[in-house]
Amino acid sequence: MRNENEQIASKPGKPTSHQLPHVVLTGISKRYGGVTALDTVDFACSRGSIHAVLGENGAGKSTLIKIMSGVVQPDAGQMSIAGQPVVFPNPASANAAGVICIFQELSLMPDLTVADNISIADPPRRFGLIDSRAQRRRAEEVLASIGCEDVNPLSRIRDLPLSRRQMVEIGKALTKNPSVLILDEATSALTAADVEKVFDILHRLRDQGLSILTISHRMHEIEAIADMCSVFRNGRHIETFVEGTRTNTEIVQMMIGREITAHFPPKHERPPDDPSAAPVLETRGLNWEGRLTDINLTVRRGEIVGLGGLDGQGQKELLLGLAGVLKSVSGEILINGKKTSVSSPEAAKAEGAEIALIPEDRKTEGLMLGMSIADNLTAASLGRYSRFQILDSAAVTEAVRSGIERMRIKVGSPEDPVSTLSGGNQQKVVIAKWLLTEPKIILLNDPTRGIDVGTKQEIYRLLRELADNGASILFYSTDYEELIGCCDRVDVMYDGRIVRELVGDEINEHEIIASALNIEGGEVPDFLAGSDGQGGAV
Amino acid sequence: MKTRSAMTDLKIRASQNVGLLTAIAIFAVFYIFYNLNHPRGFSTAVLIQNSNEVYALAMVAMAQTLPVLLGGLDLSVGAVMTLVNTLASHVLNGTPFEMFLGFLACVAAGAACGFVNGCVVVYGRLQPIIATLATGAVYIGFALFLRPSPGGDVDGDLSWAMTNDLFEIAATYGFAENGEAAWFKTIAWIPTPLVLLILTAVLIWMPFRRSVTGRTVYAIGSGEGAAYMSGLNIDRAKIAAFTLGGLFAGLGGLYLALQTSSGNADIPQAGAYTLNSIAAVVVGGTSLLGGVGTAVGSIIGALVLRTISFNFRIFEIDPLLQPLIEGFVLLAAVSLGALRVLKVKNTLELFR
Repeated sequence: MRNENEQIASKPGKPTSHQLPHVVLTGISKRYGGVTALDTVDFACSRGSIHAVLGENGAGKSTLIKIMSGVVQPDAGQMSIAGQPVVFPNPASANAAGVICIFQELSLMPDLTVADNISIADPPRRFGLIDSRAQRRRAEEVLASIGCEDVNPLSRIRDLPLSRRQMVEIGKALTKNPSVLILDEATSALTAADVEKVFDILHRLRDQGLSILTISHRMHEIEAIADMCSVFRNGRHIETFVEGTRTNTEIVQMMIGREITAHFPPKHERPPDDPSAAPVLETRGLNWEGRLTDINLTVRRGEIVGLGGLDGQGQKELLLGLAGVLKSVSGEILINGKKTSVSSPEAAKAEGAEIALIPEDRKTEGLMLGMSIADNLTAASLGRYSRFQILDSAAVTEAVRSGIERMRIKVGSPEDPVSTLSGGNQQKVVIAKWLLTEPKIILLNDPTRGIDVGTKQEIYRLLRELADNGASILFYSTDYEELIGCCDRVDVMYDGRIVRELVGDEINEHEIIASALNIEGGEVPDFLAGSDGQGGAV
Repeated sequence: MKTRSAMTDLKIRASQNVGLLTAIAIFAVFYIFYNLNHPRGFSTAVLIQNSNEVYALAMVAMAQTLPVLLGGLDLSVGAVMTLVNTLASHVLNGTPFEMFLGFLACVAAGAACGFVNGCVVVYGRLQPIIATLATGAVYIGFALFLRPSPGGDVDGDLSWAMTNDLFEIAATYGFAENGEAAWFKTIAWIPTPLVLLILTAVLIWMPFRRSVTGRTVYAIGSGEGAAYMSGLNIDRAKIAAFTLGGLFAGLGGLYLALQTSSGNADIPQAGAYTLNSIAAVVVGGTSLLGGVGTAVGSIIGALVLRTISFNFRIFEIDPLLQPLIEGFVLLAAVSLGALRVLKVKNTLELFR
């Protein structure tokens, strides 16, 4: 368990703030189609400093580091390193200049071994061929230096848990001898002990004069390691300041640029909950493959229940399990008080369950990108418009029209490929597709990730409207504010368990973050006895 | 530094090569069964004959392995083999020096066909399967041009020496006291095609696998985006993979010319070799999704396929029944490799 004092104590003497900038970006702009990702951004970071970049999703942080690491090219502006102008047409050229980025989406090859991956770009060679012994030694050394002696260099990446993969990713970056190290949410799947080790390494590297840039949504981590902070919003660089000179409230204000809860629809009084009625969705002691442990939750009619916690604590698996995607889930799922077995997504949407899952990745799990908007909209509800396998085209057209109208999807023609739509409109198609099945239970896996603010607000309004009309909603979000603004209750997950249930005024940033980090560890989570009478043997 | 036990390493390696180990086991069972039932089982003569029948398919299977590791399929391997076969039937004769030049020409032709495939795939941005369907037709066209009807003139001595055992090489070309030297006795019985097979694997495949380019081929099949982000040269590795594939297919065609002492632009044979190469690759434990497998596995896969037909001969199975039985055996062998699917607990992962 981590503790605030230790973190602060582990941050050795901050360097002076007036050092010469090492990497300098001037007037950088980048547009994707009609969306401005970066708007004439000036940015600089120095040697011997850990620089945190903060901002909401879509603020331009990712584009910034993609430009710095050669993944995308800016439309305008210049970049220089140590006073020399540089242009990076691809990641290899950035690597050659000492700019190494650890991406959120891991850059590891799952079928290759740990040792292969660590030395992938420049393996040790003898007589021109890869020297597998030297490569293995190198892997062992670097793994030891980041405290991962338990990882066998011969293992395939595919066989490692996510947290180990992320450590390998960090090890891989370190072998390239970076002068500028960029971490994009590189600690999101790590255990607390690993985060500690990574911070030690980062401090060491900083003291060796590296320029370190980090993107993280974990404020306490930024407090623990950053020397400088820069806030981005809507593609603009808002402000850069020395860490510790602004309060969290001020920083959050800079990030969102408006009052926090203003854009959420009002929560209604809790619906007149008939306590004798069985909850629409209830789980009893769900377990799966060590990734879900003893999950007990309830969602009542008209309720929006949030799932909180750090990324990768089992929230995704829980939703997949409820939608019938996982095999060998033990425990009980009750729908309207009746024990129900959901064996596949097809069974999940059938009568008796009527579950809809809005998946995490709309590009692979939500949409058939090559097919038309109309085909995508009707994909989940085709059975409703057909008799003996023959589709009634009038009914289909009507369904498409109602889906587009209901979600106010901006389309040219419904026959256009769905890939021509913007991210926000694509997500609306996914949601509309499932609404056409008229689900009673709606599971959402981070539905607002990477979409614009306007669409987000429409989604919030829609969720409340659906709940008011009697749907039961389970809503996982990585954005704390959404949970605060939208949910009647929030179940916070940590390491595959629900560690805390927040109700009413408890649903605030402090409580969500504290329980997401499981800070009250040692205490017996008192919600287990409270909410569902399951007693929760852990 | 912590010492790791050799046993753990062995276990990890074994678990990563289940497909290959299964293929070896299947081959061993089939081949021992065949020899037990053969009137002259476990004799050198049978081994020589079998090795001769295996070499060309083994080469084509190795050729197929490379595009499959990238995550694609090469439908032109049989055509490249046929083209080089017809070329060899023109150039493998004359003085030893001329024959050496002819050999080089054949190898170069195979590699050139593969290089063209690679360029079409990389610069034409085409799917390998369709690109090679087209280039394969072109190569067959050249083959028909070179050899409109079967025939040709391959040096008899060379043909004899390369398709028998090592003793015959020594006897034909007069070294090791015409093969009678005492030290030579211990290896004289080994079939030449078997030696060639091992040499091809050890001298060409293994160095390639341990090169950066070879590593990149695996990386591309495992995750092309991640490979690109790691700063690897994707285009070069793809072209190299196809070129090496062409070279292997060419070696197969070359050997076929030695074996038959002639060249033949046999279109059905080219097609059959292509399809069998895919089967051999899969039986040998290589994933059609790319990134996993080895050309050595494909050699074993080719051995398995050939051993099935050897058994047909012994048991005098009605030729009309052979495709049926072969199909079922193949289906069973491939299904063994699919057993891992039963262990997948997240059904989304089945759709990787």
